[in-house]
Amino acid sequence: MLTINNYVKAKSLEEAYELNQARNARVMGGMMWMRLGNAKVQTLIDLSNLGLDQIEETERYFKIGAMCTLRQLELHEGLREAYGDSIAESVRHIVGVQFRNQATVGGSIYGRFGFSDVLTCLLALDTFVELYDGGTIRLSEFVNHKRDKDILLSIIIRKSDRKLHYDSIRQTKTDFPVLACAVVTGPVHGKETWYFSIGARPMKAAVLEKEWEIPKDISDEQLEIYAKEAAAQFTYGTNMRGSAKYRQHLAEVLIMRAMRSILAEDK
Amino acid sequence: MEIKMMLNGKQTTTEVKADSILLDVLRDLGCHSVKCGCETTNCGLCTVWIDGKSRLSCSILAVSVDGHEITTLEGVKAEAEEFGEFLAKEGAEQCGFCSPGFIMNVLAMVRELDDPDIEEIKEYLAGNLCRCTGYMGQLRAIQKYLQFKKEVRS
Amino acid sequence: MRVVNQPIPKVDSKALVTGKGVYTDDLAPSDCLIVKILRSPHAHALIKDINVTRAQAVEGIECILTYEDCPEKRFTMAGQTYPEPSPYDRLILDQRVRFVGDAVAIVAGTSKEAVNKALKLIKVKYEILEPVLDFREAKDHPVLVHPEENWKSLVPVGADNKRNLCAHEEDSSGDIDAVLESCEYVVDRIYHTKANQQAMMETFRTYTYMDAYGRLNIVSSTQVPFHVRRILANALDVPKSKIRVIKPRIGGGFGAKQTVVTEVYPALVTWKTGKPAKIIYTREESFIASSPRHEMEIHVRVGADKDGIIKGIDVYTLSNTGAFGEHGPTTVGLSGHKSIPLYGKAEAYRFVYDVVYTNVMSAGAYRGYGATQGIFAVESAVNELAAKMGTDPVALREKNIVREGQVMPAYYGETANSCALDRCLQRAKEMIGWDEKYPCRDMGNGKVRSVGVAMAMQGSGISAVDTASVGIKVNDDGFYSLMIGATDMGTGCDTILAQMAAECLDCEMEDIIVHGVDTDASPYDCGSYASSTTYVTGMAVVRTCEKLREKICERGAAYLGCSVEDVEFDGKQVINLKNGESISRVDIGNQVMCNNEEALYASEAFSSPVSPPPFMVGMAEVEIDKVTGQLELLDYVAVVDCGTVVNPNLARLQTEGGIAQGIGMALYEDIVYNSKGKNFSNSFMQYKIPTRLDVGMIRVEFESSYEPTGPFGAKSIGEIVINTPPPAISNAVQNATGVIVRELPITSEKIYWGMHGQNV
Repeated sequence: MLTINNYVKAKSLEEAYELNQARNARVMGGMMWMRLGNAKVQTLIDLSNLGLDQIEETERYFKIGAMCTLRQLELHEGLREAYGDSIAESVRHIVGVQFRNQATVGGSIYGRFGFSDVLTCLLALDTFVELYDGGTIRLSEFVNHKRDKDILLSIIIRKSDRKLHYDSIRQTKTDFPVLACAVVTGPVHGKETWYFSIGARPMKAAVLEKEWEIPKDISDEQLEIYAKEAAAQFTYGTNMRGSAKYRQHLAEVLIMRAMRSILAEDK
Repeated sequence: MEIKMMLNGKQTTTEVKADSILLDVLRDLGCHSVKCGCETTNCGLCTVWIDGKSRLSCSILAVSVDGHEITTLEGVKAEAEEFGEFLAKEGAEQCGFCSPGFIMNVLAMVRELDDPDIEEIKEYLAGNLCRCTGYMGQLRAIQKYLQFKKEVRS
Repeated sequence: MRVVNQPIPKVDSKALVTGKGVYTDDLAPSDCLIVKILRSPHAHALIKDINVTRAQAVEGIECILTYEDCPEKRFTMAGQTYPEPSPYDRLILDQRVRFVGDAVAIVAGTSKEAVNKALKLIKVKYEILEPVLDFREAKDHPVLVHPEENWKSLVPVGADNKRNLCAHEEDSSGDIDAVLESCEYVVDRIYHTKANQQAMMETFRTYTYMDAYGRLNIVSSTQVPFHVRRILANALDVPKSKIRVIKPRIGGGFGAKQTVVTEVYPALVTWKTGKPAKIIYTREESFIASSPRHEMEIHVRVGADKDGIIKGIDVYTLSNTGAFGEHGPTTVGLSGHKSIPLYGKAEAYRFVYDVVYTNVMSAGAYRGYGATQGIFAVESAVNELAAKMGTDPVALREKNIVREGQVMPAYYGETANSCALDRCLQRAKEMIGWDEKYPCRDMGNGKVRSVGVAMAMQGSGISAVDTASVGIKVNDDGFYSLMIGATDMGTGCDTILAQMAAECLDCEMEDIIVHGVDTDASPYDCGSYASSTTYVTGMAVVRTCEKLREKICERGAAYLGCSVEDVEFDGKQVINLKNGESISRVDIGNQVMCNNEEALYASEAFSSPVSPPPFMVGMAEVEIDKVTGQLELLDYVAVVDCGTVVNPNLARLQTEGGIAQGIGMALYEDIVYNSKGKNFSNSFMQYKIPTRLDVGMIRVEFESSYEPTGPFGAKSIGEIVINTPPPAISNAVQNATGVIVRELPITSEKIYWGMHGQNV
């Protein structure tokens, strides 16, 4: 059972950061996951008064405050305009509306959970995290950092001409995914580049980058070769929800379907 | 620690610990409609509104709602009775244990979605588990309730 | 009929939909000691030492009880009529722990925090023993789950604790081997159903207190208040007269609460300390130390002649009762006795079973009670037979189903006096569009749609065992108190029994009050299980009403000063048919409260020598992604023959709910243990019951027969409704892909591997 001795609603980022340096201090997100554990927390730091619950959109980026809920992400018009239904698709299967009104984007990303749809999705985009002490770094780098005492302030998605497709396979509709897959494509330094992010392998999401020029009218057989090559570059594991071999097969299928869907888009 | 909240329209002050869970505090304050079904955010039985939004009180620290507005089924009695009548007409409350959390989320849905279709209803309420009804009777009740509300409006 | 067969809302609905505090935990006094259980981390071990000194010193701890504080008298937690077929194999706490999660110590204190702290400070030394985890190897395993000498079986069920055997029986009619030998087509297959959780929304819970008479009062979320009284008397080794059990509103049961899961713990605390105590199981405890469905492996041989007449069915069931024998000897019987009789033309059958002990959580009663498992196996085998013969599985059934008036040898020789199974099959076929959709349609987008079929039966109470009594009294102003011992667990029996009484007494629903069960005040009823309440308690209501009408006529005649032969009671008044004089029920009710020596009260009991089966047909339509094996349930139709439908709304809800549970069993639900016996499926995060997005559309209709022995022609509805989804969905998968999944749940991955020629 989670025990907490002291709760502080931080008045400033400085205060939050200072408090968090103590060994048994923890920063609170939506309390979805921490509540399930047996942590003995000396000081719990609540960031909810620090204005981190907004999604800011500029011409160049989206800046998603760490305390934004998954529901905000799901309903955000700007994100929908930029990426179609894919961002919403990456969260709408998560438990239920009440859960998504509560779980934070920061908590999902900071947790670096294997099952995370949000991480899988954002990893495929041109995404950065803003840390209080560590500055702004790529999400793909942050994912592999050890947990430390820094504080995650926001997630920044750099706008560019990229298309996103997200899909997942689940047993019940609101379960953790058996496999999650995000595919992004767009020109990078003048070259058509594909990003493949596979999550719930069941290990945490990882991203793969490929400079592939693929014609829109590519045959299914040809596309399958690409999909298999991409899927083969991830490792997979077995747990209650699926075997490694089945997961790899699903990755091939979801990657291929995502590529086909992106290629079929007008633009 | 002392927290102040607007509970069902009444300014309420209560003493809680840093790790007190809102669900327990609400029950201790006499809001018996709030039920615990799972402790792991999966069942929706503990649904209450915080500042008007459906949330899971099993995973909210009571201290964190200091200064906020909390609504339980006791706070929307008239609406609960109105919708509850549709539910009862289908026999769809069955054991009734999931009804309060379910009704809270139905009423939140009615406020948030304009004329939802079956798929939208199912998706909005997916976080409310029920083991008795197979969900179909609840769906019939909601559809009839929405129709009734539409007729009342026009 | 005026009241029966009407969709009347439940009498307690208003309280439920407004969230009134009517459940066990809502009613518990605030000064209850909080009771929690220390649980074994080992699947099999002996406790060498328990040190509670430090735990005892935690502020607020009232008592810590270990096996040394418990009576040495074994009992069963199964809520069954005495003498229970389930063996007496339990102590409240035992020195030997038999599964991961078994109770080691009981801790009671003034707060949750204190109790949690104390739990961590108890030091236990275990001698770890080899566990028996594979139920296929349990029989005659060198390791015994119950080696103890004081293990006891009260009923000859073939149990032998020195062989890890909880029950064994062989039953047959005709020469099954010769009949199958003569068959043109024979299917010989093994099916495996897993343990499943009832997962009612309200977990197990009980509170206890001593009353002014020095008696132990138990308020509990239970389906079996009278059995609780006896079981607690056995467990605590106190006279039954010392115990009173009260059942408030219950948040679902589905059989889970036919086992005394939590009652013993606070009862022992209160008995020892004199203080009120309560235990509320967490969802995790409800998943790791409860009373799930028996895992079964069922070997079926079914044979048909060249014309497609099913000639013989041979069933062997191996059932896993886990660490204790609750409901072990009885659930297994239904796996054959409620599957084989569906086929009326079989000339021979054989049904043999073994029930074994293992070191996993004890199984218990779950809606369907063994029939669910047996029907999955037999119906799947019949579907495989149809495939082998190249026949439509519906057509095969049309040829073979049991029909009204037939004797059912495998159903204890009972006759199907009411049976509309043929009409159910016909109607279900129309509803789903079977002829257009069978076997499958390629949708052209990588997906294939198909349909599948299964039938089911159950019983209506346990014949010659289940007993219900009912009391009705006339109060002032003539309103009636209906006193029942049957336990409404959300299903609505308080309502439907009142409907029957209102029908019999020619009055309105509002004229009758019903209340929850109190063993001190309610007439005896074995409780709500075995699909007994509508049928058995319903008949007791009918009889009681008949008696009460006679008494009302007698009182009325006396007040009118005429002979009882000359009066008639029309529900509102007693009328002297000779002169038209009358006295109202209101006046009679008021007059019997003054200067009266005849209590205006009737009480009758009922027990049935037969258990008339309800029948049903379920058909599923699914869509399968040929590339991933992903299955989407589109539509489920069910047509039920439960005799007369007492309350169409509540019967429909029962059916829809049971089907959703069956869908969960078919597709998602699985209790997974690791190699050391630890249960991974310990939360709703890991044990996935269907959400409203997972059940497709469920459509229900009724095709009623008339059961001559039932109240208003009614049979049961509660359990049968869970039985068809696993075999019907499996059949749909078979018809779509040719893949036959013989082990539940039918996951997409199993379908995928099946399509790729690998065993599933």
